[in-house]
Amino acid sequence: MNAALNPAPMPLWMVAELTYRCPLHCAFCSNPVDFAKVESELSTEEWFRVFAEARALGAVQLGLTGGEPLSRPDLELLVAEAHRLGFYTNLITSGVGLNETRMRALKDAGLDHVQLSFQDSTRELNDFLSSTRTFDLKRRVATLIKGHGFPMVMNCVIHRLNIDHVDRIIDLALEIGAEYLELANTQFYGWADLNRAQLLPTREQLERSEAVVAGYRQRIGKQLRILYVISDLYETRPKRCMNGWGTTFMVVAPDGLVMPCHAARMLPGIDLPSARNTSLQQIWRDSPAFNRFRGDQWMPEPCRSCPEKAKDLGGCRCQAFLLTGDVGATDPVCDKSPLHGRVLQIVNGPRPVAPAVERPLVFRTPENSRRLIADTAEP
Amino acid sequence: MNNPSPLSRTSYPRIAPLYRFQWEAAQNAYVLLFPEGMVQLNVAAGEILRRCDGKQSAEQIIADLRIAFQSDAIDDDVEAFLRSATSDGWVEWRDGATP
Ligand code: SF4
Ligand code: SF4
Repeated sequence: MNAALNPAPMPLWMVAELTYRCPLHCAFCSNPVDFAKVESELSTEEWFRVFAEARALGAVQLGLTGGEPLSRPDLELLVAEAHRLGFYTNLITSGVGLNETRMRALKDAGLDHVQLSFQDSTRELNDFLSSTRTFDLKRRVATLIKGHGFPMVMNCVIHRLNIDHVDRIIDLALEIGAEYLELANTQFYGWADLNRAQLLPTREQLERSEAVVAGYRQRIGKQLRILYVISDLYETRPKRCMNGWGTTFMVVAPDGLVMPCHAARMLPGIDLPSARNTSLQQIWRDSPAFNRFRGDQWMPEPCRSCPEKAKDLGGCRCQAFLLTGDVGATDPVCDKSPLHGRVLQIVNGPRPVAPAVERPLVFRTPENSRRLIADTAEP
Repeated sequence: MNNPSPLSRTSYPRIAPLYRFQWEAAQNAYVLLFPEGMVQLNVAAGEILRRCDGKQSAEQIIADLRIAFQSDAIDDDVEAFLRSATSDGWVEWRDGATP
């Protein structure tokens, strides 16, 4: 599908990042590293209005995420309103803060599905990667979710330190009765980008893990559906990002900024509109931010004259920015990009032998965030 | 799980609990919603699934659809669709009607 031929795309998916507050401190978190700057969150009423406006634009899937959405005491109210509007509501949570009372209230509010994230199949690594003690709690929460009859997606972000445990992660998903398992390779934005050298798996690790997943798929059939999204850094063509900029997704940040993708906040020269003072309809249709990379008019060479441009739409804007410094460049994952060498340098370059020891991980904490803000402020 | 003789004309299909079926005015179509996903249904699929409420047997549904589509030649198509919807996990079957 050529996005240029589709002048009135619909934001079928709305991601509501309700808060940047989170009891966990994951080293692979894709939240912006300067999240501590954001102080004023949208109020309950403001979210109600945002939901209604998104629904009027055709949005039907609603992802409630963060941060940790359970940090919002009004989560149950937000779910009830979204449900009333006809959304399919997905709660994306670390499970911290989910007890019987809240689970029941969320069920009564009409919540449709819970996605529970694990950091690894073992207590040690789970707790290390999230810099907390949460593994046993998560297992209890999984039982709670199933006990209330929710479909459950187990999510595990995959990287160099846990990719060799993929078999045990799948076993855990089977054991807790998840319907889907999302093995998502780390997206190197935000905190994950700071920790890239330690987190990027090696090519051998990726290949081994793919074979393990294929073996399980054959054996377990439809009992558990495994989605394995691998990083495209090892490929020669980029992924189409967010199904195309401004075609399907709308992400609303805790302070009301509206973004075409999760990481758009860090992109320079893109003035993100705010749901606080502009309607979502205006934002979706008319804002420079959402129109900036719609279709293919913005493309530079080699994309502009490339026969494959309708397939990947030039790749990911955030990856392009992080690896080339130019948000409008061809995604350097593509081997037609003049800067593809930068990707090769990353995947073939020297890597720490004992990743987390030689270079400690930077955990996502408000203290680290404030420190990083201060570091960038000083010339 | 009570999942008897799928596709027997006398048993009762209904949307599986993992899925939500609803009309979407913005898309002018019925859709099936599930964790982080959606299928937009064409007219025929929508009309079939709309009737999979656990209260009508496959036989009754087919009879009803013959009238709706004004055709007697739909049985095979409906059965083929129900078979694939069942194997996709969209539809499950009961021996009796859901109260
Ligand atoms: S990735 Fe970890 S730290 Fe980041 S929001 Fe999710 S649970 Fe919190
Ligand atoms: S040149 Fe651009 S459009 Fe062509 S395959 Fe590479 S990234 Fe995609």
